[in-house]
Amino acid sequence: MSAAIETLWTRKHLLGLEDLSADEINTILKTAASLKEVSLRPIKKVPALRGKTIVNLFFEPSTRTRTSFELAAKRLSADTINIASSSSSLTKGETIIDTVNNLEALKVDAFVVRHASAGVPNLIAQHARASVINAGDGAHEHPTQALLDLFTIQEHRKKIAGLKVSIIGDISHSRVARSNIWGLTKLGAEVTVCAPPTLLPVEIERMGVQVTHDANEAVENADVLMLLRIQHERQETQLIPGIREYRLRYGIDAQRLEKAKPDLLIMHPGPVNRGVELDSFAADGKSSVILDQVTNGVAVRMAVLYLVIGAPEGTPLEGAVV
Amino acid sequence: MSAILIRNGRVIDPSQKIDGTFDLLIHDGVVELVKPSDKKRSEKINELHVIDATGKWVVPGFVDLHTHLREPGREDKETIASGTRAAIAGGFTSICAMPNTEPAMDHGGIVEQVLQQARRANNAQVYPIGAITLGRKGKELTNFQELFEAGCVGLSDDGDPLTNSLLMRRALEASRVFNRPIIQHAEDKALFGKGVMHEGYVSTVLGVEGIPSETETIIIARDIDLAALTGGWLHVAHISTAKGVDLVRQAKKLGIRVTCEVTPHHLALTHEELKGFNSMAKVNPPLRTSKDRDALVQGVMDGTIDCIATDHAPHTDWEKCAPLDTAPFGISGLETAFALCYQSLVEPGHISENRLIELMTSAPAELIRIEAGTLKKDSIADFVLVDPEQSWKVNAKTFVSRGKNTPVEGRVLPVKIVGVFKNGEMKFLEEEKTQRSEHA
Amino acid sequence: MNRAAAKPGLLMDAQAIRRSLVRIAHEIIERNKGVQDLALIGIRTRGAVLAQRLAQEIAAIDQHEVEVGILDITLYRDDFSRVAPNPIVHETDIKFDITNKRLVLVDDVLFTGRTIRAALNALHDFGRSKCIQLAVLVDRGHRELPIRADFVGKNVPTQFSDRIRVQLEDTDEIECVKLELSGGAV
Repeated sequence: MSAAIETLWTRKHLLGLEDLSADEINTILKTAASLKEVSLRPIKKVPALRGKTIVNLFFEPSTRTRTSFELAAKRLSADTINIASSSSSLTKGETIIDTVNNLEALKVDAFVVRHASAGVPNLIAQHARASVINAGDGAHEHPTQALLDLFTIQEHRKKIAGLKVSIIGDISHSRVARSNIWGLTKLGAEVTVCAPPTLLPVEIERMGVQVTHDANEAVENADVLMLLRIQHERQETQLIPGIREYRLRYGIDAQRLEKAKPDLLIMHPGPVNRGVELDSFAADGKSSVILDQVTNGVAVRMAVLYLVIGAPEGTPLEGAVV
Repeated sequence: MSAILIRNGRVIDPSQKIDGTFDLLIHDGVVELVKPSDKKRSEKINELHVIDATGKWVVPGFVDLHTHLREPGREDKETIASGTRAAIAGGFTSICAMPNTEPAMDHGGIVEQVLQQARRANNAQVYPIGAITLGRKGKELTNFQELFEAGCVGLSDDGDPLTNSLLMRRALEASRVFNRPIIQHAEDKALFGKGVMHEGYVSTVLGVEGIPSETETIIIARDIDLAALTGGWLHVAHISTAKGVDLVRQAKKLGIRVTCEVTPHHLALTHEELKGFNSMAKVNPPLRTSKDRDALVQGVMDGTIDCIATDHAPHTDWEKCAPLDTAPFGISGLETAFALCYQSLVEPGHISENRLIELMTSAPAELIRIEAGTLKKDSIADFVLVDPEQSWKVNAKTFVSRGKNTPVEGRVLPVKIVGVFKNGEMKFLEEEKTQRSEHA
Repeated sequence: MNRAAAKPGLLMDAQAIRRSLVRIAHEIIERNKGVQDLALIGIRTRGAVLAQRLAQEIAAIDQHEVEVGILDITLYRDDFSRVAPNPIVHETDIKFDITNKRLVLVDDVLFTGRTIRAALNALHDFGRSKCIQLAVLVDRGHRELPIRADFVGKNVPTQFSDRIRVQLEDTDEIECVKLELSGGAV
């Protein structure tokens, strides 16, 4: 083979986008672009990860992300095991580290981890020999969601740099928001976050974003609108006075979109709370790329699995090998 | 008659404002300072165990106002025996045991049981702190008389705040009669919520619930008001915020009886330590910003903060090695306290080594009114040898405490405890360079 | 060891490459009795360039456009466990249905045969073609699998450790085939 082996990827884990360089993010996006074609073939499978075992370790229920990861693994010919464990297994006496050590004894190559507590993938990565991919940890990060969002934006707009992206919703409790803020700002987008003051974490500006409490302002001038799911339990903890008030002030509907750019993209990580953060006009309209996001999720996760599992053990976290 | 002579060390005893080269003679478990030239005094003794302390500091045994010994109840985390042994390893010969045991130290019987275990362990001297309310539940006051008779030196519901203002008022009123402090763990529980760490940029990035500084300052402000109302004695435990220090400073100026302590970790570290979800830096009150830390240092320098206390709060490794939000608050602090404070306060030139030693010996001893922390003639021979030249690397695995969790793992600390004596008895001595004189 | 190998240096210049491709184009048409159902599949990177050029030559001779697809075989490599980190994946671009097509796989150099093995596996996932033929610019020997080329630009005897460097204007600005010795002759 005459072509030199080139790669920019040497990380064993994907724990978040905070630590990634723009080059690393672009490597994932490029790889995803190459892999997207696999899902269009008559036989949607390539042998790249044949013989590798991937454990979907979901301590928090998730259908979408788990299915997407599982499909991604299968299209790369990896074997997958799904473990759905409640976060309260600790109270039964077994710690997360116990769980991981037991699974490692079965010789696995990667853990795809979802947990209600922030930092669990980091904790597992410190103790596991296998690769760890964060599939969402508490309100910390959800890197593959942000990557598929970036991928989708790039597909529609070619370039992310210079785009104005507004993220509207419960920023405080959103791992999707955090990962997207890191990813978008690293790639040069101008990010505005919009939420009631109760749903904005302190000092969020230091992450490199603008802040507004006015949804109209967030919609105007935006190239991309990212809506976040409003959890009904936020009402119970007095963070929002009520769903109705939220809808009136922050819900995206036809009227609010009147002042939007004609080529606006509307995104949502799903599942959509119709009639709360987004009405059907916005969710199903011409601007919506919500289903593209779902499709692209598989390609992006294939790229992440391919790169991360291929990274050699104990490699440094940066540096290009050409 | 046997005795020990600690020869030629630099004796630093802030209680007597002494700092100079002396011999320290230990005889019948009490101390006496001897001028090196005064050969006669020691020659009278038949059997003399001489320890050369040249180049070392000889200082009174440290006093800790805030130690969690976990026994009874959580002997997997720490026992009275292991905790007092850890105290000795850190140079503490007197420690106050906090009442958040299971059951809580809310009755004389439990206090006596703790004291008995401590006597049996024969390490550091234990001074119990009794609970203010039964079961530390914040509902009914304990029997203060009974607790003080059993040997308590203060009252606290530590681990939890006493939030009920009326009960706090009653406790402060009672403190006047007993002349013992009410030690408050200042925390507004509702505002604290499910908080994990200081509310700031780091908590925002990590996506964990924050604990705003006001969680502490609201309670400090209220308690100062209640102390003013009652004339009672408020002691603020482990103060952590710039604003909290300010409140205490202003109260002191107004003549309100309020004292406070600060931990070595709050003086040394900030919430930046939590980056990467480091549960070893999860403490309550949380590590705060560098601005807060600087204000704490300032409080130490200007005397607003009365003393240093460890808040030694050991946990098992499996509990601590958990997600940041579920891992318990607290770290093992006894064995790193002095060296860490030296590094944060003395090395940068904020205070002298004499002042640091005062903050860890006579200051807490006088505050809590116990006979300790001094090398005055005929006082109990509790003292520590410090090697000011010997740096060491923190390795929690080697901790004497059962709690192997520290936020300063791997850190190189500049000074080392090399010998500890309790009641004139040698508890440990590194690189023993001794000789027996043969006067007989 | 007696080397019956070619001397290091220039093996083919731009003109030689062009002549080879013209000849191969003729051979392809001859072998397949025209270009009915014919498609070319170039293996990334230089095989893809060569496939485009062959298609042009064929069109010049036969006045028929043949379809060209581009195949990236990275995901089918058999040396994943030995190369780390994983190599970069490029896009595979086959926009037509290969079922019942006569495919000519195009690569620059045929060596161990492992790349071709990977390409054959990949093509199977796209459908059942009528047949697959192989065209290469250079065959340098040292096969490790039972694979041979149907159309060869130039046979070059080499030492296993030698390196054949194919450079094409589209990817490398210059156009030539060179033989380079590895770390001096033994």
